[in-house]
Order: sequence, then structure tokens, then C-alpha cells
Amino acid sequence: MSTTQGAASAIQPAPQKRKGPSPLLWPLAALALLLALNLAFTPGFFHVSVKDGRLFGSLIDVLNRAAPVMLLSLGMTLVIATRGVDLSVGAVMAITGALAAWLITTSHAGVPAVVCMALGLALVCGLWNGVLVAFLDIQPIVATLILMVAGRGIAQLITNGQIITFENPGMAFIGGGFFLGLPFPVTIVAVTLLITALLTRRTALGLFIESVGNNETASRYAGVNSAMVKVAVYAFCGLCAGLAGMIPMSDIKGADANNAGLYLELDAILSVVIGGTSLDGGRFQLVGSIIGALIIQTLTTTILSRGVQVEFTLVVKALVVLAVCLLQSEGFRQMAGRHFVRKAA
Amino acid sequence: MKFSLQKGSGPFYATLFVFALLYAGAALHFPGFAAPGVFVDFFSDNAFLGVAAVGITFVLLSGGIDLSVGAMIGFTSIVVAVLIGKHGVNPFVAIAVALALGTLLGAAMGALIRYFALPPFLVTLAGMFFARGMGFVISVESLSINHPVYTVLSEWKLNLGAVQIPLTALILLAAVAIASYIAKYTRFGRNVYALGGNTEAANLMGLPVGPTQVRIYAFSGFCSALAGVVYSIYSASGNPSAGSGLELDAIAATVIGGTLLTGGVGGVPGTLVGVLIFGIIQTGITFQGNLSSWWTKIAVGLLLLLFVLLQKFFMRGAAKA
Repeated sequence: MSTTQGAASAIQPAPQKRKGPSPLLWPLAALALLLALNLAFTPGFFHVSVKDGRLFGSLIDVLNRAAPVMLLSLGMTLVIATRGVDLSVGAVMAITGALAAWLITTSHAGVPAVVCMALGLALVCGLWNGVLVAFLDIQPIVATLILMVAGRGIAQLITNGQIITFENPGMAFIGGGFFLGLPFPVTIVAVTLLITALLTRRTALGLFIESVGNNETASRYAGVNSAMVKVAVYAFCGLCAGLAGMIPMSDIKGADANNAGLYLELDAILSVVIGGTSLDGGRFQLVGSIIGALIIQTLTTTILSRGVQVEFTLVVKALVVLAVCLLQSEGFRQMAGRHFVRKAA
Repeated sequence: MKFSLQKGSGPFYATLFVFALLYAGAALHFPGFAAPGVFVDFFSDNAFLGVAAVGITFVLLSGGIDLSVGAMIGFTSIVVAVLIGKHGVNPFVAIAVALALGTLLGAAMGALIRYFALPPFLVTLAGMFFARGMGFVISVESLSINHPVYTVLSEWKLNLGAVQIPLTALILLAAVAIASYIAKYTRFGRNVYALGGNTEAANLMGLPVGPTQVRIYAFSGFCSALAGVVYSIYSASGNPSAGSGLELDAIAATVIGGTLLTGGVGGVPGTLVGVLIFGIIQTGITFQGNLSSWWTKIAVGLLLLLFVLLQKFFMRGAAKA
């Protein structure tokens, strides 16, 4: 897939630096539209109540529930910026959740040690993907498909096919606790976003990532160690997946190797694309991806709170994906433009 | 195209070799594994996976990807079940409707990919959500099919004396045979290879790149709809959540079968062997008894890794030659 697109884009002139409105405009407009619809039609959607110094309400719920996908989408954004993709993040979530739950029930290690070990394993998973892509030159879809298929098996190996449950207030805090009135997962996302943004926008790392995604050969000739950049982004993506895996595990106080993070890789990729990062790589929007994840979650919550049959969620999601893709497609814009001009004439 | 079809068949023989090795190993290790009935079960138990993988092979050969096949199986199987069970439609008409719907959905995805230059990954992802969602809209529960014609279809077997081959296995074999012929000996098939080898070159040679691309996804849509029909015959029911995650198994089977995801190299017979390797692993783990089913996933992941590395090795060899 990437080869044909690569061949096509190599012939076209290099994209000019965008001078139009901010790339965040469209995703923000979509989110605003969704919220406005809710303001008009869903009573109580904007109602936020304070109980015991904690905030409750649909908006908070959206933030809280979107947290795992937001975390995944941060790592995924950088991977996609290098013209790659990581299909294994859902499986990595299951692996780390399984390891953490197993450690907390069988060992005497404290919560910080357990979380560190789980994140370490997630980092190893990411490194594995990165080595396959960067050093063995395997296509990202195939390379990460391997861990996606095997990963759930590994997670089930750790849990021995059971759903491991635990009682540990410290562990339960990660997904169910509150910090500054907001659910703790929101804090995790905010801190991760801040660190990622600082690392990529205040250092040359972001530039390296974009240059590898734009033209790997050229960036190698310019002295960028493209292999190391790729390994780094996949490792980071694994780490984000590990963090994301802590949340549902802690939330349900157990590890479900079969269902933890199932299909979330698709939601994460979707968030990134909705947020304005192209699958062709070379450019990325961290905040856009966060907005993308919020759009998906708002959509789901809206459908649920509107009393629409749950079964329609997927159909609506399909139409939204299509609409977003078409809006970003040059061909569709031109066609729509022509149609508009003809009407005006 | 960079490599001739002859050179591209290296991975196919490697797959065949691994299949023979696994089969021989399992047959020696487990008494009763070599029985002809077990071999037939490889085909019938994996018939819907195989039929879907045949369609995916064309998509991968052209350098694209199709994530919608698993959802399509759920969608078409429930369409058939509801049409027969709730609306009293003749089973053959219901099957025809399901096949037409699948082809249409595939063609629509192909058109979006071609004419708006959208990434296949996202368009077929939307297709997957759409098909799965529509399946659930039609019916949340699975629905069994109790129609005399369907009973005949699911119980009929071709009697060859030593073995009896169920209809689903025959459909898989027919699909593989026809698709192999299409890929090798028709203009459409050669266009698919040309597209996957180098789309720009295919375009400059004057090949109908656009229509071919739409036809590829329509073909994959047809195959996955047929896979849904096969599922409905195999299980005598329709289930909107059938085939979930199957698209990745199908892609894995195709890659194990020697088709390159970059397109242009591979073929349908390899995909069949890839599907059979799936069957051996699953059956072998069942025969072992004390190994849990999740070992299947780990084994498939390892095999996928092995074959991807083998392909790299063959590609390097071909590039040097």
C-alpha cells in the first residue's frame, strides 16, 4: 500500500507549506458541532456536578473514557508521522494489563514497582516492533501484525486463560481515582501529552520524525539516523500502549486478556487521521489526535445518551470516518469545488 | 514489474515445504492425525477463512488492503438467515442477494479508494464498521436457519469412498481453482499483478488502472460475501458477530502463503496452503489436548514472523540475481 502511494507522491511536487487556517480548525469544528448538537438536543449533557470535591457529568465521562485511546493516539501519531502504523497497541494493552494484574496478585511488589515492570514490558514490545521495521525493513503493517496476533496469546499465557482479579486500592486508583477533581486517567493523558509535546516540539526530535516520514533517504543523507528514529517512535508507541493498558485493568480491577484493548488500535489510528495527521506521514498534530479521540468518544456517548440503538454506533462511526476521509481528500475537494462553481455560474 | 512470476514462487515452495513438514510431524506424533477425514476437516473447518483469504489475496497482490472481510461474513450470514427465517425467501434467492450486497459494498469501497485517492486502510476500516454495524442493526442475536434446502446443503457430502467431502470444502476448492485461473490466465488477473508491481508503470503502459482497482475490491467483497454464505451453511445459522478479527487471520494466511503485502508477487494456491497451515496448527493443538488454545495465536504469530523473514531472504536473492 505504502509503496504505491509512495511512488505516486514522489512524482507529485512536494507539498507547499500550508498558509491557510490552522490544521486544527477542521477537527475542532467537528468537535464543536458535535457538542453544539448535544447542547441543543441532549438535556443535561453539559451538566457537571461536584460531589466530594469530584466532578461528575457527561463531559467528564467523555474525557475519562477517551483516556486510553488518547494515550494510544499520542504514540500512534509519531509512528504515523514516520509513515508507519502500529497495529499491536491493543494487544500490548492486554499484555501489560495481564502482567500488572498477575504481579499484583502473586508478588509482594508495590504498585509503583508493578507499574514500572509492566511499562518496561510495553517498552520491550515497542522495541521489538521498531527493530522489525527499522533494521529488518519489514513493512509496518506486517511487522506489527505479528505482535497483534501473538500478543493476545502472550497475554492469555500470563493470565493462564483466566480473568485475574485483584483488590488493591493503590492499583485501583490509576483508573478509578480522582486528582484535582478530575478522574486520574485525565491527568495521565495531560502529563503524557505535555512531555510528548515538549520532546517533539522543543527539541529537534519532532523535525527528525517528520523528515524520516517525508523522505527517509533524503533525511539519511542529511545525517538523520533514520533507523534509530523509527525504533524510538515504535518504542514510545509501545510505552503509550502500556500506559493505556493500565487504565482498563485498574478500572475493572482485573485483567481480561481477551477483551482488553480489543479494536482500540483502529480507534487510535482513526483519532490520528481525524486529527489531521495524514497516513502518508511527514507531518503530525499531537493535539489534533487528542481532539480526534475526543470526537470519537463524544460520538459514542452522544449515541448512547440519545437513546439511539447501540447497534447504530458502528454505522455512524463508519459514516464519520468516510466523511472525514473525503473532507481531507484533494479529489473530493476539487469535485465539490467544481460543483459549486458550476452552480454559481 | 521487478520480479518475474517464476522468481516470486520461491516463498510458495517454502510454504509448501513448511506445510509438508508440519503435517508429517503431526502425523508421526499424533496417532490418527493422518486419517483422511482429518485432512478433509482442514478444508471444511476453515472454508470461510479460505474463501475470504482468496479475495484478500487479490487485494494484497494489487498493493492494497481490505479490513472489511471479517465484518462482511457476519453481515452476509445474518442477511441470509433473516431473509430465509423471517421473510420466507427462497434460500437460493437469499444467497444471491447476499452475494450481490457484498459485491456492491466492495465495489463502493474500491470506487472511493480509486476516485478520491483515499487510503485503502481507512476506507475498508469504514467498510468494516459499516458492515458490522448493519449486521447488528439487522439482528443482535444469532439466528439459526431451519429450512429443508439448508439442511440438505449443510449435510450433503461428496462420497469418494474413503472420504466424504462436505459442500463447504468443495466451495473452497472451487473458489481457489477459479481464482487461480483468473489470476494467471485472464487480462484482469495480469492487470492486478501489474498494478501491485508498479502502479505508475501500469498507468503509463495504458492499463485500465481505475476500473481494475474497483473490480479488485468488488471481487474481494464478493469473496467475503461468499465466505459469509459458507459460514451460514457450515453452522446452519447467521451470526452478526461471526468472523470478528478474521480479516487479520486471512491476511496472515495470505502472507504465509507467499504473497507480498507490497503487491505484485504471490498467488492464490499459496493462500490455500497458508489456510491449511492454520488448520494443522489448530487441529494439532486440539490433538495435543493439554495445550491451550491461545498457543494457536502465538504459533501463528511466530510463523508469520518466519515467513516475513523468509520473504525478505528471497527478495534479496532475487534482487541480486
